[in-house]
Amino acid sequence: MQQAEKETAKPGPLASVLSIFNTTIGQKIITGLTGLGLVGFLVGHLAGNLTLFAGSEAFNSYAHKLESLGFILYAVELGLLAVFVFHIVFAISVTSHNKSARKSKYVDSRSAGKPSRKSISSQTMIYTGIILGLFTIIHVWMFKFGPGMAAGYHTDLHGLPARDLYRLVVEKFKNPWIMGSYSAVMLLLGVHVRHGFWSAFQSLGAYHPRYTPLIYTLGILIAVLFAIGFLALPVYIFFAPLTA
Amino acid sequence: MSKMNLTLKIWRQASANAPGAMETYPLADVSEHMSFLEMLDVLNEKLIKEGKEPVEFDYDCREGICGTCGLVINGVAHGPRKLTATCQLHMREFKNGDTITIEPWRANAFPVIKDLVVDRTAFDRIVAKGGYVSVNTGSARDANETPIGKEDADKAFDAATCISCGACVAACPNASASLFVSAKVSQYTYLPQGHPERERRVLKMVSQMDDEGFGNCSNHGECEAVCPKGISIQNIAIMRREYVKAALKTGSAIV
Repeated sequence: MQQAEKETAKPGPLASVLSIFNTTIGQKIITGLTGLGLVGFLVGHLAGNLTLFAGSEAFNSYAHKLESLGFILYAVELGLLAVFVFHIVFAISVTSHNKSARKSKYVDSRSAGKPSRKSISSQTMIYTGIILGLFTIIHVWMFKFGPGMAAGYHTDLHGLPARDLYRLVVEKFKNPWIMGSYSAVMLLLGVHVRHGFWSAFQSLGAYHPRYTPLIYTLGILIAVLFAIGFLALPVYIFFAPLTA
Repeated sequence: MSKMNLTLKIWRQASANAPGAMETYPLADVSEHMSFLEMLDVLNEKLIKEGKEPVEFDYDCREGICGTCGLVINGVAHGPRKLTATCQLHMREFKNGDTITIEPWRANAFPVIKDLVVDRTAFDRIVAKGGYVSVNTGSARDANETPIGKEDADKAFDAATCISCGACVAACPNASASLFVSAKVSQYTYLPQGHPERERRVLKMVSQMDDEGFGNCSNHGECEAVCPKGISIQNIAIMRREYVKAALKTGSAIV
């Protein structure tokens, strides 16, 4: 037996290391790690967005500072893109595997109740995730790659020319369809993070009888914070008497 | 002693490859003191007298300790009572006039053999990959030769109470065997006897679990809620930690 094991062809070093992330556990580690990375990004994004409440100058100078980072910003954006891609690719792989693991469906299926953490949130991760992924593409296209200084979105920041992103944001969110759909997607973000946050810790092997209930509650708090925080902006712009 | 009249909706499937369907059976005068399996015995005697094929279901000890029985009752593995295997579920949990649906464990890795009986040898193959410790045979060793702390002994024992019934797989929305495999892995991680084979155990068992076609763990936690022994999903986290440590140390998931 020992001899037979030794004689089977050994994979190369790269294939060996990659095999770690090819198992059910390895794939969930990737989705968990990237998921927590995205939560971290959203905390920063939300904090940046809230500068809009301080007025056009605060928001435009925040956007301008980000743009002025140049090479560093590109590196961060590239990393962020990779995190998104890994999260999505592995999540789709995991979910399609899960969906095919039970071909014969139950006639009657119910939750057994506590201590189960099964919820609408935990069962719709792939659907909320797909919507959030599509949303992200539209969102980046609408603002980051939207009309810039050349298209007339021009402002002065202490004498320096800068892009008037504030005007673009206000114009977009004065449209009831854009405001409504953004708000709806932000609610779905909350639903996604509600299961995703604590689940990421569990996928990474971080379970403790004392810490896990706290992490679980923190996940709900972060979900609510994200939903309300990101939703507040379009709703505020739509209803407040702001002029671009 | 109150008697109940019940309507049973039971999954009937002639063989592994035959198509199955739910069949309805009325059953009168069921005693509340009967166990769920005794109720099925009464149904089967009635079916035999009527010249019909009795309903096939698995059981052995009927004491809740062997892990042989297992039915999905009204959509919940092992039925409505917590920390209870199907054989220890009693009819007093139901009331007169109830309709009860009875289905087998459903997972690709647990193919139906007949009616409510499924093939769980996938579990045996996973255990054969590392759910053991290798010790030399010979005269019995002194029980206190290797001192083990009370806390560690308790944790190992909690994991070792798994009776391999498969309810975790049946209840999991993804038909994942993570709770079972994690219990078999973590019962040895706390004990010095388990340490020599620590890395290869977790890597081989996880690899076999994947090969059997069980799904991933999405952390729904439904398994813990139906487990007749109350095995915690903490064990799944322990298995994941063990896996990461072993895989990084080996530089591969393949041993």
